[in-house]
Amino acid sequence: MVGYNTPRMDDHVSLYRTMLLIRCFEERLLAAFGTGKLVGTTHAYIGQEADAAGVFAAACPGDVVFSNHRCHGHYLAYGGGPYPLAAELMGKSTGLVGGRGGSQHIQWRDFYSNGIQGGIVPVAAGMALAERERQSGKIVLVFIGDGTLGEGALYESLNFAALWKLPLLVVVEDNRYAQTTPVELAVAGTMAGRFAAFGIPVWERDTTDVLEVKAAATEAVAHVRGGAGPASLILHTYRFSAHSKGDDPRSPAELERLRRFDPLAVHAPRLTDAERQQVKAEVTAAIDEAFTRADADPLPALLSNR
Amino acid sequence: MATVLERLNHALHHAMEMDERVYVLGEDILDPYGGAFKVTRGLSTKFPGRVLPTPISEAAIAGIAAGMALRGLRPVAEVMFGDFVTLIADQLVNHAAKFRWMYNDNVRVPLVVRAPMGGRRGYGPTHSQSLEKMFLGIPGLTVVAPNVLGDPAELLQAAIADEEPVLFVEHKLLYPCQWLEPGHSELQDYSISKMGSERYPAFTVSPVFTTTPHLTLACYGYNYELARQAALELTMEREIFCELVVFSQLSPFALDPLLASLSRTRRLLTVEEGSLSLGWGAELVARSIEAQDGLRVRRVAARDLPIANARSLEDAILPQVGAVVRAAVELTG
Ligand SMILES: Cc1ncc(C[n+]2csc(CCOP(=O)(O)OP(=O)(O)O)c2C)c(N)n1
Ligand SMILES: [Mg+2]
Repeated sequence: MVGYNTPRMDDHVSLYRTMLLIRCFEERLLAAFGTGKLVGTTHAYIGQEADAAGVFAAACPGDVVFSNHRCHGHYLAYGGGPYPLAAELMGKSTGLVGGRGGSQHIQWRDFYSNGIQGGIVPVAAGMALAERERQSGKIVLVFIGDGTLGEGALYESLNFAALWKLPLLVVVEDNRYAQTTPVELAVAGTMAGRFAAFGIPVWERDTTDVLEVKAAATEAVAHVRGGAGPASLILHTYRFSAHSKGDDPRSPAELERLRRFDPLAVHAPRLTDAERQQVKAEVTAAIDEAFTRADADPLPALLSNR
Repeated sequence: MATVLERLNHALHHAMEMDERVYVLGEDILDPYGGAFKVTRGLSTKFPGRVLPTPISEAAIAGIAAGMALRGLRPVAEVMFGDFVTLIADQLVNHAAKFRWMYNDNVRVPLVVRAPMGGRRGYGPTHSQSLEKMFLGIPGLTVVAPNVLGDPAELLQAAIADEEPVLFVEHKLLYPCQWLEPGHSELQDYSISKMGSERYPAFTVSPVFTTTPHLTLACYGYNYELARQAALELTMEREIFCELVVFSQLSPFALDPLLASLSRTRRLLTVEEGSLSLGWGAELVARSIEAQDGLRVRRVAARDLPIANARSLEDAILPQVGAVVRAAVELTG
């Protein structure tokens, strides 16, 4: 009974397209900061594309999503268009939320994001409760990073989710850093153990292969949708870009070593040259169109207190 | 005749009966206990599926309520003691209060958090506070407090029907107080007019024995009782006549009823149980003076100290009727 229930395209080409769309969007965005057309900050998803593409290939389009500060990849993989996101990032009235939210605070259909670490998890748990009570058939996916494992509200929420058997999937994207803090300095014990303590089953993968992510996500989603309660999906991955714009303590050599995990490079050999070129052309055109169109849009005005 | 407690309890029963989207959640709310202050009594027996007993997890309770509200339910969450609102601050300020505006009016967040506040029961520094001032002036968050002049049940039902998140502040000493239904004898020398918003009205209590009251006493919640006793004493012993303006809505500020009274009295005395500095009264005073030059003003509030356990100390720290009388005398002198 999930809304707009057409299955997502999850063939090799579609997965590649999703990942390339995210990659090119984020690269274009980072470049645009250099031109002064954007203000504030942004958290690029570059390097983590397999997570979003794989997870959303496993979820239903009508499922509810709560994302975080690093939300562009999730939004694009969820099915959101690049144009209203570009407009939002430029602070245009045509943006996803009219320029009020910006990079970390977007909302579209059943997709939400907020830039407060950890605090989104109880909200997602409450959404899961609502979906179950309303028998919508939807599950809720909430995305957090390794650093967010430090927030107490998370553990309160896991307790609730397990007690109440909520249809909640917690996706942990461990990109091994929280801003500049490596995971070794911030996470004691194991990540899986945190969920296991509440009796929440864990699917854990150390991979940037979108097919492996998708396979694990498919199992985790099936568990949650089956009504057995919450699940967690821990994805160990890498971010290639800085945390936001310029805060990266890693050496160029370390970053270079990570390139062999590039999810696009891992997946690309499954496509023909012609397919890759075709996808590249489509994506480039879509992103050009999105940014050019957004650039011409008007800025919002404050009309009243509302 | 009904107590505030009975009216609030009735409101929850009524709301759950009328609307399947209403859920109640909080700590120790199951029957037969029915909540620390019994406001939720009977609900779990009547609506077992929609009364959700929770672990001791205030942040998650509030966050879960916000998520439920975003997705079409109407949660009413109880924080066992209002002092614990510090633990839900992030959920109210950075989540519930933000969503509607930040998402460009695409969503609504109809949630109510009920919080029993206030002292005078000897509960000591962490179970006696009136912390609502920390949540006043947060855009997107409405703060409401019942009093005995309006029907507390109507007020709570209005909060549940509200599309915005509401922090509903219940002073613990109000629970056993009688709701002064219209025509109640205690008020026979006063006329009461309902003013301001329909949803969360303010009440102007005017003496019928004079057309020129000397000062305006502004208060909310249980402090109406202090203001009322002070007004009686001032009338009887000093021939100082007070008009009372009793607010139900604390934030956002809706000052029209107060300004109307001040244009008659030109003197404002605010009474609150929160600590004096940077409080509700301070903002009321500032706004009143911005609107009307030349007012004389005073504030009565708790001293800027934690609230002590010992009765003698608690009495010295919290505002008393005598302090209201003294301030009124100064103001009219
Ligand atoms: C409550 C809170 N504390 C701190 C921050 C500032 N902050 C933004 S992102 C970030 C790092 C988050 O790390 P992680 O959870 O690993 O996610 P990642 O950025 O790696 O995707 C920090 C500290 C915040 N947004 N919210
Ligand atoms: Mg991280």
